[in-house]
Amino acid sequence: MDVTFTVNGDRMRLDVEPRRTLADALREDCGLTGTHLGCEHGVCGACTVLVDGEPARACLMFAVQADGSSLTTVEGLEGQDSELHPLQEAFVTHHGLQCGFCTPGMLMSALHLLDNDPEPGREKIREEMSGNICRCTGYQGIVDAIEAAGESLREVDAEPAEASP
Amino acid sequence: MKCAPFDYVRASSVEEVVKTLAEADGDGKILAGGQSLVPVLALRMARPSVLVDVNRIPGLGSVRPVDGAVEVGALTRHSRLAAQTHHPLLAETAKWIGHTAIRTRGTAGGSIAHADPAAELPVVAVATGATVSIAGSGGVRTVTADELFVSALVTSLDDDEMITGIRFPQPTRWGFAEFARRHGDFALVTAVVTEIDDAVRITVGGVGAVPVRAEAGERVLADGGTAREAAAAASAEIDPTADLHGSAPFRRAIAAEMIRRALAQAGIQ
Repeated sequence: MDVTFTVNGDRMRLDVEPRRTLADALREDCGLTGTHLGCEHGVCGACTVLVDGEPARACLMFAVQADGSSLTTVEGLEGQDSELHPLQEAFVTHHGLQCGFCTPGMLMSALHLLDNDPEPGREKIREEMSGNICRCTGYQGIVDAIEAAGESLREVDAEPAEASP
Repeated sequence: MKCAPFDYVRASSVEEVVKTLAEADGDGKILAGGQSLVPVLALRMARPSVLVDVNRIPGLGSVRPVDGAVEVGALTRHSRLAAQTHHPLLAETAKWIGHTAIRTRGTAGGSIAHADPAAELPVVAVATGATVSIAGSGGVRTVTADELFVSALVTSLDDDEMITGIRFPQPTRWGFAEFARRHGDFALVTAVVTEIDDAVRITVGGVGAVPVRAEAGERVLADGGTAREAAAAASAEIDPTADLHGSAPFRRAIAAEMIRRALAQAGIQ
């Protein structure tokens, strides 16, 4: 079946079998291997991407269902000159990752959280991130990273206002 | 972990769903949020030949207050249910369903049709005396939640039928308590207390194949007993099964505490 969607602003046109999951289509057909597949049945959260701004598990959607949608994957976090997103910087600084397998899903879930609530607090961070499993960090570093990223994103948002007279 | 091949039909109306399911002759499945169906397909526990995607059917995603109840369209996502303010018990319930990335996709109609014994919405459907609207080849019919849930993952829906909406009556008082190992995991026990037509109902999920009413517990309250006595009676009458996540006595003890908390939240001491 023909499917058209945008990924990180780029228009993609694919011909996929109906049973192709969105995660497989992103990785195999679009070449965007940043989205990781862990359990492939909706438990681990590693494949979380944003579909029209809302987080979704890309292993529980078929690519044909994303027809006409706007998708954001971890590759979409990359800034100009390949610089890291403040969330990614914070994950590095605060030991938010070790092996990095769960990190793409963690980042997309955290991005949605901070977009909707710039100052969520540790309890809400834990609750919102409960759908993403990490086997390395013990989660403490991830919560630290998201809390710190929230702060630096708020500073970025505040800067233009301070600069204007 | 890849699904078996299937034909994909993107339906634009309920009539098209019913027609496609009838043609599939028992080998078709409705794809709504996909949060339960797709894992089942991925694990090859089911391999339907036709999937009917209902996500693009217009007009099935609304929450509307009506006289003494709210009508929830079958395609209402759990996140929408959690954000609405017309039915506070439903909003509280929806917050307990899975995780954020599940609530953005999962639907009310899908959860009710799937009839998972550990799911939250079926418990609230029974607790509030909800009625379910169903479209099929024979026309449109309405059943109560009690009549719909037959056994674990089994409903009285025919192969060519689709749930189009659920009407949840508004309780005058309510309480909700759930125990899961981690937030968002499948519930070990969900207890819902509802006061409807001046009678208090105690409904428990996760302790049987379908949501159960703890009628002995309800009688204790009707006879003037305390919440603690009612919870003890309710936990004695339920018959939980043991599994990896907890023994029967453990589930019974947890059920008593969840019922007590739900009663307390409803203001019943």
